[in-house]
Amino acid sequence: MLENAVEVRDVVVKYGEVTAVDGVSLSVPRGSILALLGNNGAGKTSLLQVCEGFRGPDGGSARVLGLDPIADHDDLMPRLGIMLQSGGVYPWATAGEILRLFASYAADPLDVDMLLDRLGLRKFAKTRFRRLSGGEQQRLSLAVALVGRPELVFLDEPTAGMDVGARQTTWELVDSLRADGVSVLLTTHLLDEAESLADHVVIMDNGTVAATGTPAELTAAAGIDLLQVRAEPGLAIATLAEQLDAKVTEDGPGEYAIAGTLDTESLAEVLAWFARAGAQVTAVNTRRRTLEDVYLALTAGATR
Amino acid sequence: MTTGTFTPSPGRAPMRDILKSQVRMELVLTARRGEAVVLAMGVPLLVLLGAGLTEATNVPTDDRLGYVVPGVLALTVMSTAFTGQAITTGYERSYGVLKRLGASPLTRPGLLFSKTAAILCLVGIQILALALVGVVVGWRPDFSHVLPAVGVTVLATAAYCGFALLIASLLRPETVTAGATLIYVLMLAAGGIMFAAPDLGTAGYFVLPLAAHAQALRDTLTDGTAVPGSIWLSLTLWAAVALTLAARKFRWE
Repeated sequence: MLENAVEVRDVVVKYGEVTAVDGVSLSVPRGSILALLGNNGAGKTSLLQVCEGFRGPDGGSARVLGLDPIADHDDLMPRLGIMLQSGGVYPWATAGEILRLFASYAADPLDVDMLLDRLGLRKFAKTRFRRLSGGEQQRLSLAVALVGRPELVFLDEPTAGMDVGARQTTWELVDSLRADGVSVLLTTHLLDEAESLADHVVIMDNGTVAATGTPAELTAAAGIDLLQVRAEPGLAIATLAEQLDAKVTEDGPGEYAIAGTLDTESLAEVLAWFARAGAQVTAVNTRRRTLEDVYLALTAGATR
Repeated sequence: MTTGTFTPSPGRAPMRDILKSQVRMELVLTARRGEAVVLAMGVPLLVLLGAGLTEATNVPTDDRLGYVVPGVLALTVMSTAFTGQAITTGYERSYGVLKRLGASPLTRPGLLFSKTAAILCLVGIQILALALVGVVVGWRPDFSHVLPAVGVTVLATAAYCGFALLIASLLRPETVTAGATLIYVLMLAAGGIMFAAPDLGTAGYFVLPLAAHAQALRDTLTDGTAVPGSIWLSLTLWAAVALTLAARKFRWE
């Protein structure tokens, strides 16, 4: 079993008095996609900067492909693909020149024209970088990160500023990275992006890890948070509330709402209780929590 | 696993190839920026023709071209290695280019090497072109001391590069542009190029590296004499101080 692509242990990043990352640990297994999800200022980019070797951690350690991002910088760089949040390329160079330059750094680069086509950038090959729109610049930066056939790519907000079509293209591309065995660590503040792309999600809030798991685990842990049952009005719901340790209300005549952390077993219990009460259930509706609910619950108060 | 488009195959190209394409990129981008070309070639050319062929300025000798042409050669070294380099590096830093290229297989030493090589390349081309214009209009250089002339030029280039990287690291790019251009204009006026430099004797060589370099080129290329020891010492000191400070203070982002 190969070691993880990224192994971060108790990393702390400080900017003067401000602690941007406060003891974060995570690992990216080889060939998988991990999404760092969080608001602006949650510490995602700072953590990425440590993994990319742009700065050392003020505490803890980071190993990337088994190497130290700073001490082994020159050995590590050819194996990494890095997409910065913005900038990083010559504004006066054309998209084609920039991509060819980065291709020339690599021993076995991807075909530049193929990559330009895949990202819908072929018609901008002779356009100078500073004349490209924000979304086009982002796509070029992604191409730059991929052209050297890296084992591991770091994508900082890869779809920021992209329109819907470009975002879809980018998602498909990231999906094919996983299919081809590339490991990916990306940051995003888009829940649907994390949910649809990532094998693992780490939710960061205020410099710490608020939750971690697969998208399914994170939503399943939260379970069903609202169960609506329609039956005869006026049932003695207090006994059900006691049995489930949940909040049961009759919102309208015969419209019962059961709120709390419920799983499928408690769903069965609820239906059994209605049967015992001699009520005829005419409708059942569950509302499963989404990653968005989990995220909002976890990061509530992030604006403190 | 089947082989797909993105199946990893990481590796660094041979360093020689990387450096070659990086130097080419640096040169292409320099050629593309019109104001840089004018500053580097247009101004020295005007000075050469204006001060060398007319009586517009007072020079301390009867051999106008013999005085002005070496001065212009020294000026163009400064404009490229100091002013142009400082402006470009300042902007590249603010655009995140230095940071990004440092985190690529090019590596930071590779980036510095490419910049230096590109500057030397440009300085060489410009000196040859301007010297050729000088010869066409009547300057008759002496080649007996051409090697020392090359030597002081390399020292001056190193000193200018060091200061360029230093100010590009310390100041905002707009300030770098304004400052580097101002210094260029001041040196053009006071550096002993088209007027005689303020007569400070040997001390002048230590205060004004441009004047020292210009004088060394006049001594070697126009008069066919050796470079004075004080000029060697001055330019060596300038280069050592500049490169030391640059190495200490250089910032990638």
